[in-house]
Amino acid sequence: MNERKEPHPTDLVLEVQHVNGGYRKGGLLGRGGYKQILFDVDFQVRHGQIVGLVGESGSGKSTLAKLILGLLSPESGKIVHHTPRPQIIFQDPYSSLNPAYDVEWILEEPLRVYGKYDRAERKQRVRDILARVELDERFLSCRPDELSGGQRQRVSIAAALIRRPRFLIADEPVSALDVTVQAQVLRLMRTLREELDLSYLFISHDLNVVYQICDRVLVLKGGVIVEQGDVETVFRNPQHAYTKRLLAAAE
Amino acid sequence: MLEIQDLHVKFHSRDHEAVGGVSLRIDDGEILGLVGESGSGKSVTAMSIAGLLPRKQCALRGAILLDGQDLLLADRSILRRMQGNRIGVVFQEPMSSMNPLLRVGVQVGEALRIHQPELRPEARRALVLQAMADVELPNPEECYRKYPHELSGGQQQRAMIAAAIVSRPSLLLLDEPTTALDVTIQAQILELLKKLNAEMGMSMLFISHNLNVVRKLCARVAVMQKGLLVETGSTDDVFHRPQHPYTQRLIASIPTRHGREVS
Repeated sequence: MNERKEPHPTDLVLEVQHVNGGYRKGGLLGRGGYKQILFDVDFQVRHGQIVGLVGESGSGKSTLAKLILGLLSPESGKIVHHTPRPQIIFQDPYSSLNPAYDVEWILEEPLRVYGKYDRAERKQRVRDILARVELDERFLSCRPDELSGGQRQRVSIAAALIRRPRFLIADEPVSALDVTVQAQVLRLMRTLREELDLSYLFISHDLNVVYQICDRVLVLKGGVIVEQGDVETVFRNPQHAYTKRLLAAAE
Repeated sequence: MLEIQDLHVKFHSRDHEAVGGVSLRIDDGEILGLVGESGSGKSVTAMSIAGLLPRKQCALRGAILLDGQDLLLADRSILRRMQGNRIGVVFQEPMSSMNPLLRVGVQVGEALRIHQPELRPEARRALVLQAMADVELPNPEECYRKYPHELSGGQQQRAMIAAAIVSRPSLLLLDEPTTALDVTIQAQILELLKKLNAEMGMSMLFISHNLNVVRKLCARVAVMQKGLLVETGSTDDVFHRPQHPYTQRLIASIPTRHGREVS
């Protein structure tokens, strides 16, 4: 179940309640079998929080993102959104932006698809969001391949924000970027959180980045959340052996 | 052991030099870190040492001296022998550097087959198994017969390192060897490299954009930006007392676990 509720007075943004999920392997009537990826995943994202999700390849981070976005249905458990239109930013802006169109077209696309805005309004919103991600208007006529990695990721962020979501999943948003650009994009994400009143689920394999930007952290291993808590607490005093190992490796 | 003097590399297809006058030296048994962001010319520098740049598509100037012999001037056949036997190379993506259709053992032994054709198959096999044991692949005999996809990511990278060290080169070029790996695996590979360096006295050029990794492994670091070397020094100096503004900016950008920037 993937319920969506109108904003209501709770400070919750997202509730993931005892979710089990995975992939059907195809075959007639789904008889090809079922591979469970996530086991009893349970956490909440509160208003204004940046919640980090860390884990190594194959731990189920991206499957969880798909479940939250409703691209995959949980086998059991419940995912409740308290904000409308959750969006996602992907790792690799090279592959998530349509190379055939310019930035203006890319940013306008969601507004065109969801109808109700007239042309002038669309143009205005595109310009507004571009300013938010600190890109000059001259980039409107550029295609993705004319932009640097950092500029491209800013465009992806703008595309995710154009319909004014309040909750974003950021799936390794800075992993493909050089370290100086990485720092700029992280700063931008923090600024946007304040200005646009956003909350994030921040997926990353880089624990130091998570430490820098997140308020809470979830540690996922083999589809199980082995530890979760306040970033300072978990990083200073990890409880689970796996968290300790992960932190030691990234020291 | 390796000395690069004023190396310039320019691709005919580009207006600017990819490497614009780099001078570097690697001492015997040293691990030198080469850091910089994408497009800074780190990989091109390594490729010129390994002789992997397409000679027709670029112009090289300067000198690359390996134990006194200039690799840029050397005759093609000498070069091939030197680069095959004396220099080993490991790239970032083990999966794309390996041939999926050949057994791991065969690929690890490739350098021997090409550069030491006089070796008998049994002797070659013994050297391959030894190299696989050196990189701590579990059960070398079994790994020898496996195909690349049957190994985990960390094991694949170990196999690539085995292939690079099988002919006992004196210099190992490592181009982002841990970048595609999970942190815990990354840490294991770094330990392995330290061990190989200590036990075999192999010199290494370790290229990475990940400054934390470089700090853990290297005693000396060179920093490149836009084809130029902006700073070289001991790891301690470069990380704690960076001189060049670019290095300062680079170091300041490293996400750390001290001084959280809470907004």
